[in-house]
Amino acid sequence: MIFLNETGLIFWAHLRANLRNPLWVLIGLTQPILYLVLFGPLLEGVAGSMGAGTDPWLVFTPGLIMQIGLFGSMFAGFAMVYELRAGIIERQRVTPASRGALLLGRVLKDMVVLMVQATILTLVAVVLFDLRPNPLGFVLTLILVAIIAAGMSSASYALALATRSEDSLASVLNMVSVPLLLLSGILLPMTLGPGWLQTLARLNPLSHTVDAARALFRGDFGSSDVYIGTLVTVSLALVLGLIGARTFAKENA
Amino acid sequence: MISVSGLARTFTTKTGPVEAVKGIDFQVYEGEILGLLGPNGAGKTTTLRMISTLINPTAGEATVSGADLRRDPRGVRSRIGYVAQGGSTNEEELVLDELILQARLFGLSKAAAVANAEALLAALDLDGLGGRKCKQLSGGQRRRVDIALGLVHQPNLIYLDEPTTGLDPQSRANLWDHIRSLRDRGTTIVLTTHYLDEADALCDRILVMDHGEIVAEGTPDELKRRISGDVISLEIAPELAARAIAVADDALDLRSQLTEGHHVHLTVEHGDAAVIPLLHALQGAGIVPGSLTVKRPSLDDVFLTVTGRSLRDGDRA
Repeated sequence: MIFLNETGLIFWAHLRANLRNPLWVLIGLTQPILYLVLFGPLLEGVAGSMGAGTDPWLVFTPGLIMQIGLFGSMFAGFAMVYELRAGIIERQRVTPASRGALLLGRVLKDMVVLMVQATILTLVAVVLFDLRPNPLGFVLTLILVAIIAAGMSSASYALALATRSEDSLASVLNMVSVPLLLLSGILLPMTLGPGWLQTLARLNPLSHTVDAARALFRGDFGSSDVYIGTLVTVSLALVLGLIGARTFAKENA
Repeated sequence: MISVSGLARTFTTKTGPVEAVKGIDFQVYEGEILGLLGPNGAGKTTTLRMISTLINPTAGEATVSGADLRRDPRGVRSRIGYVAQGGSTNEEELVLDELILQARLFGLSKAAAVANAEALLAALDLDGLGGRKCKQLSGGQRRRVDIALGLVHQPNLIYLDEPTTGLDPQSRANLWDHIRSLRDRGTTIVLTTHYLDEADALCDRILVMDHGEIVAEGTPDELKRRISGDVISLEIAPELAARAIAVADDALDLRSQLTEGHHVHLTVEHGDAAVIPLLHALQGAGIVPGSLTVKRPSLDDVFLTVTGRSLRDGDRA
């Protein structure tokens, strides 16, 4: 109960900062919306190779939601480097509040921001490109992507605590994010590629999340993609969350 | 209030282990202002961070306000206020929001948090600033917000790490007043400082730290009394220092002497009366000092006597 209370306090304090400046949440959306508007239409041209009758927007939009989840959460650590430098983390660590709550409150806020951004992006696709996702599938996709984002932002916070520097954080994230992005099939389905590329992609846990999100978007709830993707996503998020929690509980962080 | 025994901390660095604090013992009594005085790197902040549970000691025990440091870190945290050296506010946040958040993380109800925050704003001359963003405050105001953040859950023990570093003289004097009035209302205060005048003016008791050890302890007066007599400082070329000391030793009853760069410090019983005979003797030997000062002993001299170097040198190092 106390834990939830403390988590709520941190969650609200961080969300309040976003509400005070909602513009930043929208600016964070410009890149995915540009992809949607300027890259998405190209897919209509290759829709044939994805299989007959496939709506490319049902393939592309879940990928973009994943992209917001991935980038928004991976870069969450930058805010923490600022907080470390300003002494805010230390000030909170010297309270009796649980260290887990200090982390979870921040992660929950990241999840909420992501879900708002993903909803706006989907609405844009609905209005401009006549996207018609399965409504339940859309909600489940939001939850699935929010879970992976929670894991990624925990890991990003852990990395921020360990490196304490924007420069190191930026190098690590740049190194990690490009292969994760390219091998997840976010932009184009990996089935378009040669066998070796598909094998590499299967090693990337995020590609399973994207497959699951696509199945959910088209309402194919019985697909094995949904079950495998959910299992992989939840497991990865748990592992990353534990790493974050352990780093946060360590001294000197 | 605090009882510390054998507290030590060794950091592992790339160049090998560094003993930041080497097994220190001390007590903090209820209602006093205790100062940890020493140059940068003396182990003051490490000590403070250990007794606030922010870092684990490698050895030793401590009890803080009845809670055991190792067995009940949460108990320790709930009983203390800690004000870090570099500040603790989020620039974009409102002052009042920061105070309320901090109070509530200590488990206060919303109503109690608001009441305490507003009372502290008034007590620390921050009236009307609750609705400002932290970045809109002056340096002195921001430092007082840091202190308010450490006090918002009404602890009766507070740690201040270098409370006045970086403040202009006026804000500094003003903050001293606030710290004294805290003590007068019954709060026990442990602060670190590398300013001698601050330790002298503010602290009831001082622990002088150097290289991770406590090298002297006492009230400012007790410490100064350790060096009886006055200090005459001569500015003299280093190559003449030895001869000047020999001449002075013939002419006066020297208690002690010390050469430090271009300065020779001579300790004598009555500094004023010694000046004229000293100058005569030096003139007879053909030595003309660049300048001469006579000082009552200060904490700087205490530090010099105890550690063999002046606090200002330690700062540069």
